[in-house]
Amino acid sequence: MTTLDTVDVLRKTRVVFIEGGQGVGAHLNTLGIHVGDCLEVVERAPFRGPVLIEINGTRLALGRGVACRVRVEAIEDRPVVPAVRAS
Amino acid sequence: MRFLLAGQPNSGKSTIFNAIAGYRAATANFPGSSVTYTLSRALIHGREVDVVDLPGMYSLTSASPDAGEAVRFVAEEDWDLIINVVDASRLERSLELTLQLLQLERPMVVALNMMDEAERHGMTIDAEALGRKLGVPVVPTVGRRGQGLKDLFRTALQAAHGGSAAGTGCFDKEVKTAVARVKNLLEDAGFQSRLPTTLVATKVLELDPYFREKVRQSAPQVENDLDAIIENLQEIHGWSADQVVSGCRHAMAHTIWDAIGQLGRPKVGWRERVDRLLLHPWSGGPLMVLILSTVFYLVFGVGRLLEAPLVGWFDGMQAVMEGRFPPETLAGAVLSGVFLGVAGGLTIVLPYLLPFLIALAVLEDSGYLPRMAYILDNLMHRIGLHGKSVLPLILGYGCSVPAIMATRILESKRDRRITAALASFIPCSARTIVIYGLVAAYLGPLWALGIYILNLVVIMVIGRVLSQFLKGRSPGLILEIPSLALPTVKTMVAKTWLSLKEFLIIAWPVLVVSSLVLALLECFGAGAFLNDALTPLTVWTLGLPAAVGMTLIFGVLRKELTLVMLVQAMGTNQLDQVLTNEQLVVFTLFVVFYVPCAATVAAMARELGWKDTAWISGLTVVVALVLSVAGRMVFAVI
Repeated sequence: MTTLDTVDVLRKTRVVFIEGGQGVGAHLNTLGIHVGDCLEVVERAPFRGPVLIEINGTRLALGRGVACRVRVEAIEDRPVVPAVRAS
Repeated sequence: MRFLLAGQPNSGKSTIFNAIAGYRAATANFPGSSVTYTLSRALIHGREVDVVDLPGMYSLTSASPDAGEAVRFVAEEDWDLIINVVDASRLERSLELTLQLLQLERPMVVALNMMDEAERHGMTIDAEALGRKLGVPVVPTVGRRGQGLKDLFRTALQAAHGGSAAGTGCFDKEVKTAVARVKNLLEDAGFQSRLPTTLVATKVLELDPYFREKVRQSAPQVENDLDAIIENLQEIHGWSADQVVSGCRHAMAHTIWDAIGQLGRPKVGWRERVDRLLLHPWSGGPLMVLILSTVFYLVFGVGRLLEAPLVGWFDGMQAVMEGRFPPETLAGAVLSGVFLGVAGGLTIVLPYLLPFLIALAVLEDSGYLPRMAYILDNLMHRIGLHGKSVLPLILGYGCSVPAIMATRILESKRDRRITAALASFIPCSARTIVIYGLVAAYLGPLWALGIYILNLVVIMVIGRVLSQFLKGRSPGLILEIPSLALPTVKTMVAKTWLSLKEFLIIAWPVLVVSSLVLALLECFGAGAFLNDALTPLTVWTLGLPAAVGMTLIFGVLRKELTLVMLVQAMGTNQLDQVLTNEQLVVFTLFVVFYVPCAATVAAMARELGWKDTAWISGLTVVVALVLSVAGRMVFAVI
């Protein structure tokens, strides 16, 4: 198990737990991220910048402080080739 | 009759609103572009209807300040029907809000908007089946192209006279029991509300501060029992109650989506390819610098192209006029005051304002702003904020008033205070005109660029200092990144016109009247008296001619005034003949930084209160003085 700020880019993962107070959890909930949801990190900004995640076709930018509170587990071994590269 | 347009941020509510009301609500491609509601009367199929464009809300929960306004409106105002605008390409998530709106148990229609986007994402959606599932009419639309809107409003008119939506109650057993218990408790306590008790009960379980406060006011005796029910729900699930309820709704939305939608292979086009470059760890930053510098040079280039012939033409006219009516006479003073006000607006302000507004509109509508928030998040952390603050700050380059209102998209009060303070330092389009019209025009574009960079450095330093003093929670960046979009010419024209109208209707008359007042004051010698009183500031501290004193006073009304009044005070359009380079730069520095205009101060007072407004305004004056004096020193050395 790892957190969103350290997980490999383009690896499909499932949310296991959202740490922290009511604020962050509730905010992520309203944006469609719940425990059990599948998502992947699409891009990670350099120098400990934010991460860009994709969930159900929606892209969200999460600061590192937020990303490190979302614990995820990998659900596939190999990184999934994104549609952009496949074409 | 009154219809509400409600939906999640960036689902196209304002676009649909504008389609029937004319372009009144500014639209843009980022979440949170409308932070306040807009009301308009529209003629729909021959009937007069009030249509309200609410700010976007992800959930009917009032916890976030941007949703607070929308939730309050839905709960407290009178209305007849809700048009729930749903982004079809994000249907599953959008349904979570729809399910909450259904709980209002009032007439409702769903506009399944952005169907073209959904198609691009490879989605097929059975709108009729969705309507059956939700129990309300569902109309597919493409707001941007006006498709389906006729049908939407016809359905809305019919639905407004028809029955109310039934709240859906597919929560899991424990949540259902908890909602029923809270509902009974409230009903027994005689709790009165315009809203269905089931909805209030659900919101109380979701720890919503607004509804909890309502309950506390009218039925304080149930407080302890409520806490017990909430605690019990948390114990059973092991999560906080709000996450339990929201999780149930999430599952419901997922089940509905599974039954009515299918996800095929998304189309990959230019947007996805460009987006990869824009957000790539290594190309994102350099491309941002390139885009912003291109904007800067384009605005300057186009502005100068337009300015030169206009200035020449008006100079000729002025010479002829002054020959007939010498400015020393009363008639001459009145004429020259009015003339310079009109000419100043046309020759100095408009040439730069117009290309600037178009450039800003393109940045807003393309969806590039949230991407800048992502790229700059790291940098913003260094000044104690996070990427989302970038949105109000960039809007500040257009006008400080919407910028300060846009701070509502920030979750924490601390971030809002700091960002609003910093936004007031950002050179708005009026100050931009002073920078372009004085520094870029007479000293060259590099000098102007230098002032922008200096401004950014100062803002970073102030941000860093403020974040040390203002303590509080800052939750970090959580921001939806919408798909890139190609701005349409029609929207660009409408949007630029909306901003330009503000200048033409409000600012230009102020310019003309102020210019006239200044001319009269000078004619009667009162101007000299006021200018003399200001010499400790203008002459001793800033090293400027005494005549600029009045322009700085008028500048508090609107910043463009300083430039036009400077022309009036100096009596010429060729300012480099009467002012040295040092004076041009010092004047610009002072104007850019000192007290934001009256409208901004009022907006700030509304958002933050007078105390914060007072210290922020005081700070701007101190910073302006320090920088201007420092500017003089630099010029003395070189």
